[in-house]
Amino acid sequence: MEELSGQNLNACNQCLKCTAGCSFVDNMDLLPNQVIRCIQLGQEDEVMKSKTPWLCASCFTCVTRCPKGVDLSRIMEAIRTLLLRQGKEHINLSGSEFKLPADAPQQLFVSGSRKLSG
Amino acid sequence: MAENNSDKNIVYYPGCTLHTWAKSLSDTFIESFKKLDINLHELSDWSCCQAVFPLARDNIMGLVPAARILIQAREHGDILTTLCSFCFNVLRRTNNAIQTDGEIRAKLNAYLEEDYTGDVHVLHPLEILKVMVGFDKLKSKVTKPCGNIKIGPYYGCQLIRPPKEMKFDDPEDPKLLDMFLESIGCEVVNFPFKVECCGSYQIVQGEDMVADRAYAILSNARKNGAEAIALSCPLCFYNLDTRQNLITQKYTDFSPMPVFYFTELMGMALGIDEGLCGFDKHKVDPGILLESLQKSSDTQEHVTVKNDQNKLGVN
Repeated sequence: MEELSGQNLNACNQCLKCTAGCSFVDNMDLLPNQVIRCIQLGQEDEVMKSKTPWLCASCFTCVTRCPKGVDLSRIMEAIRTLLLRQGKEHINLSGSEFKLPADAPQQLFVSGSRKLSG
Repeated sequence: MAENNSDKNIVYYPGCTLHTWAKSLSDTFIESFKKLDINLHELSDWSCCQAVFPLARDNIMGLVPAARILIQAREHGDILTTLCSFCFNVLRRTNNAIQTDGEIRAKLNAYLEEDYTGDVHVLHPLEILKVMVGFDKLKSKVTKPCGNIKIGPYYGCQLIRPPKEMKFDDPEDPKLLDMFLESIGCEVVNFPFKVECCGSYQIVQGEDMVADRAYAILSNARKNGAEAIALSCPLCFYNLDTRQNLITQKYTDFSPMPVFYFTELMGMALGIDEGLCGFDKHKVDPGILLESLQKSSDTQEHVTVKNDQNKLGVN
């Protein structure tokens, strides 16, 4: 995960600035700082089954505010990438349960599918 | 630099959404820049930029489409501009990666059989207005100032972050859109949520999440005195205008707030054909605000005429 993200996870000292500024914490099962903490403690399984990485929209607020220079958006992407490369899509675009809003811009479809499906 | 604008070819990359879904964003931009004597050369045979910058270190393949666009642009000029915040983010970060990361540069050039070193400048239209035109000159070209409308400038995410690579403006308190809106005569309302995420593509996972984000942003703008907001990204427009009905359904205390692309307001101020603004496509009718804009512009013209009469000694 460190290799794929290029980040030194031990640099994080759990100051919680990432979590304090995250737009989607209300919907997350693991808070952004807890994702890093789990990996620090070797609990990658917790992270891989969490819905938090899929809720991260790569808005880069945490990256902007981290005092230790940790790019959490790259860690979230590394988790998604590992899962997608195992064939574990979060959204199956050809599946019947997936409904793209009819009035949506192309930009939404391209960005959403690139982040959430293989 | 500003004197030779007409000699400078600026390459324009529209991206997947600008010719269709966000047509007014593109049309009002092109027409406004014509009024400012800036030549735009739309890239031909362009492909999708992939919308999101690949964040996994080994995903160099994900950079190929953006690199191809940059290389195509180089054939026509040294400045590439794009309006959509996603395209802007991907193109600027890819260019930055090619400039600063030798491994990425070598692999992309080997794959594409090119020798590109990142020498194209990727500029947002707001940066062009500031640096190449100047907000004073823009102000002098305004024929219908946007008086009476209190506008909250909304920046969102991809335009300004991550700041080390985007180098667009202060990531916590950007001012470029503020300065632009002031120069076309708007009353600018500062609001802290101007840099919050609108929910992006997450509507595919749940409408509630996006409704919550949009409610927080628009309510914060209104609390600070805004009557409308201005932005630059089609996906922000989708979440904040097109799906504003989600907010009104969920939050009974919310009343609709008009949303504009900044180029629509620029076009209005510079006197382009109003039909290009596509206001009929807005889900939240900006009609009342536009009427007040019209009134303000009538008053402005009236004052000008009166002053001229004074000069001529007519009363």
